[in-house]
Amino acid sequence: MAIRVKAKETSGIVEVKALMNHPMETGQRKDKATGELVPAHYINKVEVMAGDKKLLEANWGPSVSANPYLSFNYKGKAGDKIKVTWTDNKGGTDSGETEVTT
Amino acid sequence: MKRRVFLQSTLASGAASMTGLGLLVPHLALAEDAKPADPAKTEPTKVEEPAKAEAKPAEAAKTETAAASTESSPFTATSYEDALKGLNIATPEESDKVLIKAPEIAENGAVVPVTISTTLEGATQMGLLIKNNPTPLAAIFTMGEGTEPNATTRIKMAKTSDVVAFVKVGDKTYSAKQEVKVTLGGCGG
Repeated sequence: MAIRVKAKETSGIVEVKALMNHPMETGQRKDKATGELVPAHYINKVEVMAGDKKLLEANWGPSVSANPYLSFNYKGKAGDKIKVTWTDNKGGTDSGETEVTT
Repeated sequence: MKRRVFLQSTLASGAASMTGLGLLVPHLALAEDAKPADPAKTEPTKVEEPAKAEAKPAEAAKTETAAASTESSPFTATSYEDALKGLNIATPEESDKVLIKAPEIAENGAVVPVTISTTLEGATQMGLLIKNNPTPLAAIFTMGEGTEPNATTRIKMAKTSDVVAFVKVGDKTYSAKQEVKVTLGGCGG
């Protein structure tokens, strides 16, 4: 699974943590071997759903670190089904799912 | 004494990039698993990409349009002012209710953990900018109903800079800033 997602409920608040695998190339880094610029390749959108409900949408630029980490809280309960999906500037996409635990 | 400082910083930056998450949130332990997966994951994609583009011109064209469409987005703006303009933020009002949690000194600019949050009621959107980065806008978070206005991510910093968080409440924008000193730049330059 390319996105590792964890979600844990504590007194009505769920903390969602996601770790994605992505190079997050800025487009400004030079390939050391060829001296050519490495083309920009980064996640520009992350969507987090709980069932049909959108919890959070993140729009990112290349300033986000490689293998991005994201965490946030929402009012929810154990058993909620969390799905994290990203798309990148080259049209790539991936997702990861988990169930909220206590 | 000098040697000790050097060792500490090497250790710290190494740890930050690989097991930073594990150190920060030991119970999560995501980082250990992520580390071996990294090289395996990134290498094949790099090899595949040029081949794909050659084989499928249609896909290459799609990529180009995607690149073109991001051209005008505030994320590609190369100055702080232009990024704000692209976000339609005229002059954000400074507020102590917008909170930034970031290290004062980042030993490794490639991975700087930042949390932005607010105690303002009715916040719908938050954003994060790094003033001195080549492309200052790092992230925009749009919260759904029931989602708390706080978000943590990790950013790259080219050099020492003010990190600016903004929060949109209705049609007003509030902001706060904090300086993060970077001892080792994170943009591979």
